[in-house]
Amino acid sequence: MDETVAEYIRRMVLRIPRDEIKTMLQKWGFLSETQLQTINFHQIKDNISQDVVQLCEENSADIKQAAVLDIIYNHIYPNKRVWSVYQMNKTGEETEFFDLTDFKKKFKRQLRSALKNVTINFREYEDNAIWIRIAWGTPYTKPNQYKTSYVVYHSQTPYVFISASVLKSNLPLLCQALLVASNYCDIREMELRSHSLNSLKDIVFKRYSQNFQTYYPRPLQERNAAPESADIRIIQENKNEKERIQRVNREVFGDGPQPKLEFAQYKLETMFKSDPKMNVLDKREPFRCLVKFSSPHLLESLKSLAPAGMADAPLSPLLTCIPQKARNYFRIREKKGFLPGSFVSP
Amino acid sequence: HIATSLPLPSERDHLRPRIDLIVFMIDIKSKYSLRNVEASLAHVDASFFLGKVCFLVTGVGRMNYCSVEMNAIWKLRDVYCSPVLFCELELEGVRVATAQRLLRMLQICAGHVPGVSALFFSTLMRNSTDD
Repeated sequence: MDETVAEYIRRMVLRIPRDEIKTMLQKWGFLSETQLQTINFHQIKDNISQDVVQLCEENSADIKQAAVLDIIYNHIYPNKRVWSVYQMNKTGEETEFFDLTDFKKKFKRQLRSALKNVTINFREYEDNAIWIRIAWGTPYTKPNQYKTSYVVYHSQTPYVFISASVLKSNLPLLCQALLVASNYCDIREMELRSHSLNSLKDIVFKRYSQNFQTYYPRPLQERNAAPESADIRIIQENKNEKERIQRVNREVFGDGPQPKLEFAQYKLETMFKSDPKMNVLDKREPFRCLVKFSSPHLLESLKSLAPAGMADAPLSPLLTCIPQKARNYFRIREKKGFLPGSFVSP
Repeated sequence: HIATSLPLPSERDHLRPRIDLIVFMIDIKSKYSLRNVEASLAHVDASFFLGKVCFLVTGVGRMNYCSVEMNAIWKLRDVYCSPVLFCELELEGVRVATAQRLLRMLQICAGHVPGVSALFFSTLMRNSTDD
């Protein structure tokens, strides 16, 4: 077995939390159950990984088999990577029958014709998701297994989730291969990025609970109303206002859990509006400014701002439109017209 | 009675007892909270500022999250002639001590302490914090 493969497997096993190693190796299926029985999974990870490498040596593992373990790891822990969302477009309405073998063949052929030194692995999952792992090399060097890109493609949808990692220059090649393999015409990057792959899927597949327009006022007694403070000596003067805030919040954010995003970024290309006497920025040039909101769970924090008394309800639509518009990166330019203000550009 | 801002909703006027003390709470971590208090102050009748108003600044335990400048607080104290208390709500000891102080102030403002008027007490408090 190649030394690089041995080292790669060793490092991969070290990444896996100790309690998960056995299950993951079983999912991998490369080592037999009897072989797995011989490993003591209670020793320190260093030793476990040595034992695994030893057994892989016995089975003569090659890089393609090792890569499968990497896909399994990333499928279980996708949140360690940053994912971007791409949307593909077709001209015309031909709904062709999706042929997986054809897709894989075309993808490999297209990519390899542009760059010979790549390792390509596919793995399909139940929810129609095709996971593609690509390890990139250069025209003169072998693929670097530590510089990998991941693609998750749901064949019944025009959406592709890509975790490109370091090599941005290979992105056009990757996109081209995807278009050819899936019979689409063009692909564009959506301004939507997050660590949570499932949340990105929730947003583009509209699987989160959305707000519904109510055309009639809701009755004030709500089943889930916050319990009255236990102490009857405390009187809330603004109960009506609190209820209004809850209602507005529920209308905007819906009832269920929010998709998990870590950032919202707004690039302002608007003019600085100040008192003319202040003499700041005489030139009529856009004032370039970047506003970034970050949070472990951005949408949930926005949802709790008004009830916590830290912001007015309703919140600015620039913040609340994030799931509906399926984007968390915005460019805001001056609105040219009668009304001063700004509008969000695509 | 707890309110998020003033003026108080008029539909509850008939349910409300006499107001003896107004405590404006400012979260030092939130400029929004300061603006809210400044806007609410405009709705308070002038007679309250004779010792029946006090400012309570919370969140002082976390210096690196301060959003409100101390100058703004001192300005409020000077313009409205009312004392300022500081506390950290997350520490039980400080919370209880502050509650006891406020209760004592309330007793005076409600006229339950013979010989001490609200105005006298607030002058005492302000003079003791002057540098």
